[in-house]
Amino acid sequence: MFPIRLADIHFTPGGRSVLAGVDLDIDKDGITVILGPNGAGKTVLLRMLAGLQAPHRGEVLWNGNGLPAAGIAMVFQHPVLLRSSVFYNAGLGLKPLGLTRAETASRTMHTLERVGLAHRADDSARLLSGGERQRLALARAWAMRPQLLLLDEPTAALDPSATEAVERIVREIRSDGTRILMTTHNLGQAMRIPDDIVFLSGGRIVERAPASRFFARPQTAEAKLFIQGELPWRIAFDD
Amino acid sequence: MFDTLLDALALLGHLDSQVIAIVWLSFKVGLSTVTLATLIGLPLGALVAVASFPGRAATTVFLNGMMGLPSVVVGVIVYLFLSRSGPFGSLGLLYSPPAMIMAQTVLVVPLMAALTRQIIEDAWREYGTEFRSMRFSLRHSVAALLYDCRYSLVVTVLAGMGRSLSEVGAVMIVGGNIEGFTRVMTTAIALETAKGDLALSLALGLVLLTVVLLLNTGAYHLRQWAMRKYG
Repeated sequence: MFPIRLADIHFTPGGRSVLAGVDLDIDKDGITVILGPNGAGKTVLLRMLAGLQAPHRGEVLWNGNGLPAAGIAMVFQHPVLLRSSVFYNAGLGLKPLGLTRAETASRTMHTLERVGLAHRADDSARLLSGGERQRLALARAWAMRPQLLLLDEPTAALDPSATEAVERIVREIRSDGTRILMTTHNLGQAMRIPDDIVFLSGGRIVERAPASRFFARPQTAEAKLFIQGELPWRIAFDD
Repeated sequence: MFDTLLDALALLGHLDSQVIAIVWLSFKVGLSTVTLATLIGLPLGALVAVASFPGRAATTVFLNGMMGLPSVVVGVIVYLFLSRSGPFGSLGLLYSPPAMIMAQTVLVVPLMAALTRQIIEDAWREYGTEFRSMRFSLRHSVAALLYDCRYSLVVTVLAGMGRSLSEVGAVMIVGGNIEGFTRVMTTAIALETAKGDLALSLALGLVLLTVVLLLNTGAYHLRQWAMRKYG
């Protein structure tokens, strides 16, 4: 799977440039946060790494090869939960792995315990709170024991307490040896969680640096403005 | 007319053996048809909704068009297949309940497949990306979507049951409306009305109406329960 290499990635749906020549190497350890304003191309980049979106130009290589058959999991900003129990939803990602029923049940229950949802196993997944839903989505991905976990703004709609719970789980998943890439535009989270930051703006990687250095000494004017909360990306409204 | 209604109620009240036999056979044929059509139509509809293949749009249009398939046409086609000179003539199924089940299954499968396709396609739009991220095969996707939409699909099964119970043309042609053997509610109603025995027709009509209302009431409550339980 590793290293993963994105080379000269362009993505231009309908002629609009979303990614404009992204080059990125991803090794097998740590947590990387892809930081940037809305519309910077963060989600598209994650979708390409998950094999859900092909670039219009350039290539994505996983250890020099095409998309691996397994080992990648993704958690979306608004995870889809089926009309069934928490337990069923947590084990959903194991279906293609061909595990026995006992193995599936044991792995699912173990993961639910680790995200603090074991006591809700029999409840309906769709009646969970926002934070619980996101923890369930993380459990579903974690149960698959992925080598690479992609998180697309997993805490975007959560309160601070639910955000803290998700961040704790993300760190635990990392300590299990899973490589994590996550997108966020939450600066506090970008300071707390990652080993390194990839700062994306205007469809390009403007800066990549260890998290502590990125926030202490940003190397580019765009990163500096973003950290200071300036809004050069202010949305223009028609008069 | 009031006297006819009283006679019809009396037939039902006395559990008239002729009425019971006709109703019983109707249910056997209807339930067998719906079981078969569910096993074929639901996966077929889900497959068309999820799979990408050349001619998918044409298949969708064909399925939708087959929802209005005239039952007498199906009756004639199945008759040709089962008649002595037909490819399955040696099976001796013509004018038997299995022939009626076959004809009705041909009628009901496209209806259930088309309705299922619509329901599953809507769900697929919502879930597709996530399923693909979990490397779901076509089989896994179809199974998960059918499971997730199970309460919506009850309406599909009900529509199939309704079509089967109310159908008269195909079962008349391949069943022959033989008393005590292939006579079902709809064929009996047609025959008895023609003969002027309106009481029996009305009694059977009341049974049909009651069954349809009960099924719909059950489906409504099931959906309400599912909404409360699963959101």
